[in-house]
Amino acid sequence: MNSGALLRVEDVGRDFDVSRPWLDRVIERAPRQLLHAVDGVSFEVRRGETLALVGESGCGKSTLARLIVGLYAPSRGRIEFDGTVISDPANHAQTAPLRRRMQMIFQDPYASLNPRWRVREVVAEPIRVLGLLSSDAAIDGRVAELLKQVGLSPDDGDKYPHEFSGGQRQRISIARALSGQPDFLVCDEPTSALDVSVQAQILNLMSDLQAQLGLTYLFISHNLAVVSHVADRIGVMYLGRLVEIADAQDLFARPKHPYTRMLLDAVPDLEMSGRQRTPVAGEVPNPLAPPSGCAFHPRCPHANERCARERPALAWQGGGAAACHAVEEKRI
Amino acid sequence: MSSVPKRGAEAPLQNPPPILEVRNLRIEFPTRRGTLVAVNGISFAIAPGEVLGVVGESGAGKSLTGTAIIGLLEPPGRIAAGEILLEGERIDQLKGEQMRRIRGRRIGAIFQDPLTSLNPLYTVGNQLVETIRTHIAVDAAEARARAIALLREVGIPAPEARIDHYPHQFSGGMRQRVVIALALCAEPRLIIADEPTTALDVSIQAQIIQLLKRLARERGTAVMLITHDMGVIAETADRVAVLYAGRVAEIGPVREVVRNARHPYTAGLMGAIPKIGAGAGKHSSRLVQIEGSMPRLTSMPAGCAFHPRCTKCFERCTLERPEPRPVGPNLAACWLYE
Repeated sequence: MNSGALLRVEDVGRDFDVSRPWLDRVIERAPRQLLHAVDGVSFEVRRGETLALVGESGCGKSTLARLIVGLYAPSRGRIEFDGTVISDPANHAQTAPLRRRMQMIFQDPYASLNPRWRVREVVAEPIRVLGLLSSDAAIDGRVAELLKQVGLSPDDGDKYPHEFSGGQRQRISIARALSGQPDFLVCDEPTSALDVSVQAQILNLMSDLQAQLGLTYLFISHNLAVVSHVADRIGVMYLGRLVEIADAQDLFARPKHPYTRMLLDAVPDLEMSGRQRTPVAGEVPNPLAPPSGCAFHPRCPHANERCARERPALAWQGGGAAACHAVEEKRI
Repeated sequence: MSSVPKRGAEAPLQNPPPILEVRNLRIEFPTRRGTLVAVNGISFAIAPGEVLGVVGESGAGKSLTGTAIIGLLEPPGRIAAGEILLEGERIDQLKGEQMRRIRGRRIGAIFQDPLTSLNPLYTVGNQLVETIRTHIAVDAAEARARAIALLREVGIPAPEARIDHYPHQFSGGMRQRVVIALALCAEPRLIIADEPTTALDVSIQAQIIQLLKRLARERGTAVMLITHDMGVIAETADRVAVLYAGRVAEIGPVREVVRNARHPYTAGLMGAIPKIGAGAGKHSSRLVQIEGSMPRLTSMPAGCAFHPRCTKCFERCTLERPEPRPVGPNLAACWLYE
């Protein structure tokens, strides 16, 4: 397997203008207000691996997913797919064939399937749009094959989405994503709307498909336990920034960044080892007014004056990187 | 503290008498195409100071059981059979005004979304004072002092100032604390918490869970904690009831249910939960999967409702419905243990 980077994200940022209306601003002499949803994030996804991005709500992980698949344009930075820059809208002619190779699976299988279309049409749409097959018979055959691949019956193609349960709908979403023959899938919380027993089915299916088809996944989730079952490498985000990235095993065995440690501590303990959860003081700050320096410093037990002043950069050390002054200074 | 049952220990059901007792509860929804039975013969009890976790997947009937206990079942849903006893007294047949006196006073409720549980047009203090004065005969100043004390108890910093803020000025976690304070206003004997941490981030979840647990211990309040998150249950509950398709599949001390599940459904459910363990990392362990999904109310299988998905199913399972019977310290509704 080629171990090179399939996707490279370099210093990408995305701002949203959340200012009040123009007239209000003029009257109140209020400045424009920008929300930095993603703020200078860099990482790469290697061919055939699963990179997971985790973080709490509002950390920018879903925005990042949308930037990568092109649903949003980045405000800064660049995104490369298979060696070509895809983040520049002027480049559209060259990037269109590359875009076909990435697909997205969304969180809510109730909202992401058109209720008026039969499942067959839902799954066939990418095939028709991308012109992969022309004859109806060939398309029907391919759809039947895809439905079987995700564990549904070919006859299910004649039904409508409402006739399926949440887990089956997510299978339909996966079949649709696969119908364009992508090699890269961006999965935004694909199982968080599902019950645990169904979540297990979908996670197992996704790892089978990855092995069969050699897919590369960017897997976005807030649930560290889910991520530990699917990811090769894990990136942890906080307030729009990547604070740590490491191999999955390393991250769970030796988390570096204090925020990662906190997240791991907060995972409910099913083993009931009697471990005391250390509840963290405070909550995620308002992203409109992020703290100075390291965004985590007001909640961090290891913060000092430098953390409040200076924003830490991702520093590589071995196979992983953390953006933390305390780690860099070997204080923790 | 010493009178409170220990975590994981089987709570004696007779001594002290349970605060809540549900016997053979059956909830039906009459529809044009026939009657749907959403909850079919559920029984359990909760002792003072005990946290009973109620888990199950969507549609298992866990929230419905909670709403039936607080008397907020939406028509056409109705309690078709069974009894609900609060401190030994039947409350399932009480009419509007009588039930209203119990709700809030003797049963507190905490719901999933803290934003919709609070009125956005009134300050937090207003809502607390109103609730306190509705249930307890105190003057306005005394009620306000109590409200501030409650806010302090649920861990809201600077409660003297925060009491005059509106709900939107609080963050999600702080809002849920306010909702808990509101549920505690009249010092109820029973708290029904329906997915109290589901809308919150993991780091906040831990804070809220510890708060609930501490309050139950200190005040001897019985808590019915409804959630789909087994991790939350494992950390908070003393005993767990696992619901499946409107029935109790298994009920027992939390440790026994999580580590040593008797019912095949509970065992499957535990295996399906992703865990961060020693073997973290990809493909280290395949998750246990239970094939298929929970049956719809319109097509409930005969016999044991779980039999079409069960790997240990035999003939009797398809014919006769199993009742919960003692298996070790648990009760499990499964013919395997006949």
